[in-house]
Amino acid sequence: MKPPPFTYHAPGSLGEALDVLAGTGEDGKVLAGGQSLIPLLNMRLAAPAHLVDINRLAGLAAVEVEPGGVRVGALARHARVERSEPVAAAQPLLRQALRLVAHPVIRNRGTVVGSLVHADPAAELPAVLALLGGSVRLARRGGTRDVPAGEFFTGPLESAAGPGELAVSAFFPALPPRSGTAFREVARRHGDYALAGIAALVGLDEDLRITAARVACVSAGPVPVLADVTGVCGHRPPASADWAAAARAVQDRAEPEDDIHATAAYRRHLIGVLAERALRDAAREALNA
Amino acid sequence: MTTKLFGEPVQRREDPRLLTGRGRYLDDLGPDALAAAFVRSPHAHALIRDIDVSAALDVDGLVAIYTWEDLPDRLAEPLPLLIPHPALTHGRTAYPLARERVRHVGEPVVMVVARDRYLAEDACALIRVDYELLKPVVGVEEAAQSAQLVHDDVPGNVGAHLVQEVASADGRGAREVIESAPHTLAFRLDVERSASMPLEGRGVHARWDADDSSLRVYSSTQTSTSVRMAVAAKLGLPLPKVEVVAPDVGGGFGVKIMHPWPEEVLVPWAAMLLGREVKWTEDRREHFVSSAHERAQVQFVRVGFDGGGRVLGLEVTILHDHGAYTPYGIIVPIITSTQLPGPYRIGSYRVEFSSIYTNTVQVTPYRGAGRPQAVFCMERTMDRIAAHLGLDRTAVRAANFIQPDEFPYDQGLIFQDGRPLIYDSGDYPESLRMLKELIGWDAFPEAKAEAAREGRRIGIGIGCYVEGTGVGPYEGGHVQITSDGRVHVSTGLTSQGQGHETSFAQIAAAELGVPLERVSVVTGDTRRFGYAVGTFASRAAVMSGNAIALACRKVREKALRIAADALEADPRDLEITDGVVHVAGSPHASVPLATVAVLSNPLRYAFDEEAVRATQFAGGSSFDRPPVEEGQEPGLEGRDYYSPIRSTFASGMHAAIVETDPLTAEIRILRYAVVHDCGNLINPMIVEGQIHGGVAQGVGGALYERMVYDSHGQLLNASFMDFLMPYATEVPRVETAHLQTPSPLNPLGIKGAGEAGVIPVSAVIASAIEDAEGIPIDRMPISPSDLFGLRRAAS
Ligand SMILES: Cc1cc2nc3c(=O)[nH]c(=O)nc-3n(C[C@H](O)[C@H](O)[C@H](O)COP(=O)(O)OP(=O)(O)OC[C@H]3O[C@@H](n4cnc5c(N)ncnc54)[C@H](O)[C@@H]3O)c2cc1C
Repeated sequence: MKPPPFTYHAPGSLGEALDVLAGTGEDGKVLAGGQSLIPLLNMRLAAPAHLVDINRLAGLAAVEVEPGGVRVGALARHARVERSEPVAAAQPLLRQALRLVAHPVIRNRGTVVGSLVHADPAAELPAVLALLGGSVRLARRGGTRDVPAGEFFTGPLESAAGPGELAVSAFFPALPPRSGTAFREVARRHGDYALAGIAALVGLDEDLRITAARVACVSAGPVPVLADVTGVCGHRPPASADWAAAARAVQDRAEPEDDIHATAAYRRHLIGVLAERALRDAAREALNA
Repeated sequence: MTTKLFGEPVQRREDPRLLTGRGRYLDDLGPDALAAAFVRSPHAHALIRDIDVSAALDVDGLVAIYTWEDLPDRLAEPLPLLIPHPALTHGRTAYPLARERVRHVGEPVVMVVARDRYLAEDACALIRVDYELLKPVVGVEEAAQSAQLVHDDVPGNVGAHLVQEVASADGRGAREVIESAPHTLAFRLDVERSASMPLEGRGVHARWDADDSSLRVYSSTQTSTSVRMAVAAKLGLPLPKVEVVAPDVGGGFGVKIMHPWPEEVLVPWAAMLLGREVKWTEDRREHFVSSAHERAQVQFVRVGFDGGGRVLGLEVTILHDHGAYTPYGIIVPIITSTQLPGPYRIGSYRVEFSSIYTNTVQVTPYRGAGRPQAVFCMERTMDRIAAHLGLDRTAVRAANFIQPDEFPYDQGLIFQDGRPLIYDSGDYPESLRMLKELIGWDAFPEAKAEAAREGRRIGIGIGCYVEGTGVGPYEGGHVQITSDGRVHVSTGLTSQGQGHETSFAQIAAAELGVPLERVSVVTGDTRRFGYAVGTFASRAAVMSGNAIALACRKVREKALRIAADALEADPRDLEITDGVVHVAGSPHASVPLATVAVLSNPLRYAFDEEAVRATQFAGGSSFDRPPVEEGQEPGLEGRDYYSPIRSTFASGMHAAIVETDPLTAEIRILRYAVVHDCGNLINPMIVEGQIHGGVAQGVGGALYERMVYDSHGQLLNASFMDFLMPYATEVPRVETAHLQTPSPLNPLGIKGAGEAGVIPVSAVIASAIEDAEGIPIDRMPISPSDLFGLRRAAS
């Protein structure tokens, strides 16, 4: 459990980092919090020839609440985003999700953007970005592009961030008025990746009738699985919506698989149970908003 | 301060050191040593056709590469079979490095030594081993039926087969009794693989002193004395030229009583060859695939009983999966089969086990060592009887208990120490009474009904066990009081964090009448004590504790005799308080133990002021007698051994209340209660700590841990990401009550406590889930996904 040899780069500026990444191309990997990458290196499951450590790029640590949402810099740790009151006020789903990400010590080092780039289908934050319709800003030498969530997650542990690119920030749209969110999951142990998890968002109109009901499922497919169940809920007040039917519709969208921790049938069942619970919670939040 | 220390909840003296990073574990030693790493088999079953090391030779910092062909003499032979048994007709052990064939993923094939571990692993990655794949044998039932053999000369993959039978009072065998019993049940139980998983893996550091022709080996082991003998034998060294030291050991739980591991002989050998310090520190992946596992068994049960729930006949047939090799013999299935009757008087009992080879990691004892499986079997049986008869589960147990006036109670079986299984003492009805009170057993149905009204499912479960502890053959203790008044205690048995520095010191301080602060304890260092067996089977307190007490008594007697001379008193009138020998009732006629130590060693040369008193012109000795009297030795020290006639039997009962989520099938332990009887308590706080840790491991075995092998013999979850050990957040608060029925077998009246916590947990949790769900639970561990599957199947 020692990593194979690699060249270590510790650029002092963003420009320098992009230069190094441009120079190393396919052979380079960004090192952010290291909570996913270092185990992969130690088990020799990854063997990049170059590691580009971005931890000295203090400018990337910013967490900015803008009118439209929250922009999280590449060096912002989970813990910092989780604890931020302005962030929780602008988009409560981030804190709801981050509390379920791993353990406090891992959240102290792991980064939100790193988690998005890592694109683990069992991770919470990709589901959050997908549900909210956020985006990731990718920089390369000589250019920057914003990739919407729908195009960012391309497969299990695969994202749109290409060789030579650095994800400099992610943008999470703010919670619209009269809306609520919730995150529900079942994990084997506290802090483990979820067997199944649901991020939900419910929005109401001025008469407090449902105008939006959407979920994103964790561990339900190769990428976060989105389901819009607004239609199933009907244009009704939350108290009379058929949440069970909505949950069944979510279940139908999911493609969970068997693994050593749970059968696909159990995961599908959980997705239904959790979707109903999360949608009800989100609707309650929306009513309280 | 007084010297009433035995039985006091003294804070662990080792903790400040261990908890603030000042422990000295194996990997803290030899920072400049060369590092060893191993190429291990990626296949479960294969022939080695060729090993090509050429690409690795270019690695900068490479020092040496060894394969089996390089091993000399006795090192080229298979490793020892530590515990032979007549029933183990086909015992097989591995070579230190694989010879021609590998039999499990993780078996060491090539040893690489390099400047550091990184480079050693780089070299390992470049070594090409050409394998010819053989069909792997995986799963104990598959192995028992398979034509494919793990060892070509072991027919049917059966390493051992043993039957023990205890006839009924009227001489009938269990099968016959069951046939004619008023009620009978037959069922099957499964327990999966888990492992000790100490925080610190194995590790060896060796340094060879060529000028002195001596070898010092540090090993993260549970038996330094026996590693020493094995290393001396394998390397052909004279025993006095080999020292083995167990430094601080970060947990063992059984896996480190196995020895000598391949690395334990290979690393010292390389150190000798290379004339350099060599170290190997096991990493977690290695620990998963190349140390040892335990637990896996399939049990077939038939039981006959009467209308009161009394067991008239019990027949259990066990398939025990011992993995690819049997270096530790068949201790685990022997313990399962003999501890199965637990606290019960079984009318007649027949137990049969087959111990089976598979292409998986070998099985050696893990805390509990076969007992969790035994208790799972017996307690599931008790619950089934209760369910069948519609009786309360505790009533069925009570109907079968051995009564307090029946001790010593002979179960009629031969135990793991080769001696009759005779319970020395206990009070099972009282334990049960205490447990029912602690958990609120009788009031539970109301709570359950109340919960049901709220749409919640809760259940209560119980499990009882008897644990043979303190097995022989012996341990020793050495106690020396030096002229500064300090007391130096040593025992050859090792420590892995159990608190021996505290509890052994308490024993010595209490026996000698000295303050605890003056006592220091050394364990597991062959430089200090050469004769020992090791730490396992909840034996340290019983064995070394009693040996140390006996050694202290020798020293005390000597101290009193010398002091009596000095004080011109009768030794029978003397007492020791706070390290001072004085005439009972007259504190002024006194002499400190420090002075007694000076007087005990007649000197020619003085080295300090105290010593002057023992020199030849000081006038202390009589001209009629030699300075050291016949039959006496200089110095205030004593050595003694404790060798019990047989094991002592601790016992306990646990109960738990669990909640199962009606929708998600999540399982939560709401309460966990333990009544525990390990005889006299040396330190109740340490005993409770042992119980808490044991219960935590038990919760792992019940709800989380299993080794998932696929049909190719690949271990699919060889990391802490996927092998789920409970976190602190998964372990319930443990409520404990102690009962103390002293053991009549040893001077201190103590029984072992190290393994107790883990033993009944699977049985208890199964019992509680079954109560909550109304579905029979017959395999452990159980996950929410499993429970979901059971619900589906039942509906
Ligand atoms: C025990 C444990 C439990 C965990 N449990 C959970 C959990 O329950 N839920 C969960 O979501 N996560 C969990 N994690 C993962 C954790 O959240 C990680 O921190 C996160 O996945 C990756 O963030 P990081 O900053 O550590 O990234 P790193 O490990 O540094 O990098 C991960 C990958 O992303 C790439 N990368 C990182 N940052 C950038 C960037 N700015 N631009 C381009 N590429 C980049 C790296 O090159 C690498 O390929 C767990 C981790 C551990 C160790």
